[in-house]
Amino acid sequence: MLATRALSLVSKRVISTSICVRGGHGVAKVDDYALPSYFDRRENPLPDVRFVTDLSPVQKSLKEKEKGSWATLSNDEKIALYRISFKKSFAEMNKGSNEWKSVVAGMLFFIGVTGLVVLWQRKFVYGPVPPTFETEWKEKELQRMLDMGINPVGGISAKWDYENKEWKK
Amino acid sequence: MVRERRDLYSLPDAPLASRCYSHSKVETDEEFDARWVTYFSKPDIDAWELKKGMNTLIGYDLVPEPKIVDSALRACRRLNDLASAIRILEAVKDKSGPHKDIYPYLIQELKPTLTELGISTPEELGMDKL
Repeated sequence: MLATRALSLVSKRVISTSICVRGGHGVAKVDDYALPSYFDRRENPLPDVRFVTDLSPVQKSLKEKEKGSWATLSNDEKIALYRISFKKSFAEMNKGSNEWKSVVAGMLFFIGVTGLVVLWQRKFVYGPVPPTFETEWKEKELQRMLDMGINPVGGISAKWDYENKEWKK
Repeated sequence: MVRERRDLYSLPDAPLASRCYSHSKVETDEEFDARWVTYFSKPDIDAWELKKGMNTLIGYDLVPEPKIVDSALRACRRLNDLASAIRILEAVKDKSGPHKDIYPYLIQELKPTLTELGISTPEELGMDKL
């Protein structure tokens, strides 16, 4: 016993599998996550296992009392029995939380940070915008388009009054 | 595990239940109720069968009739499981959703059984509050 406990510090896995060897065949060690577990869900009111698996002596005696008439149990005892089998009541399970506020706040915060990053980029990273965006250039561009008669039927030139040299009313 | 080999057709969840093939017989409400009452009335029902039955029943799009719940509560009594009995009452209340008049009706119909078996409702125990 002592030897295995000392050696278990070195290699838990080796020792546990060796303990399980029986008749030349190994029995797989069952991990916690592979066993039926307890969970509170509306759609699964009676989970596979009780919430409390190791009962205290008080709880054990209460379980014995449960075998008799339930009318003799006090309200507190009934609640205690419920709490042995279940973690949260339906009311507790269905209770909402304020988590959504934190989520929205986090979202807005990170969007804000992104905004700051974009502004910084515009100032410090990007070079100047091409000259074709300047107002003077744009005016000349528009004049050229009107001179060429771009989209004369329903587009920009159709909206220009060539006689009075102004936009059509 | 032994459970996997169990003949699952002994469950009331047999093929006829809720499928709507136009060519096959549709189960009536009375037949559905009777099937479930019989399921929970099994004298030597075990804890697994109770859990499986309840979880399946709660999975359906309906609130069980008082007689089905009555049968389930009596099964809890046979299994000496008061906690599950209270849980079943919570579950059917939750199942009614926005229809607030269903649960009081259920409790009204179940009152004789609840008194006979000594089951307190979650409201009596203050468990419906937080």
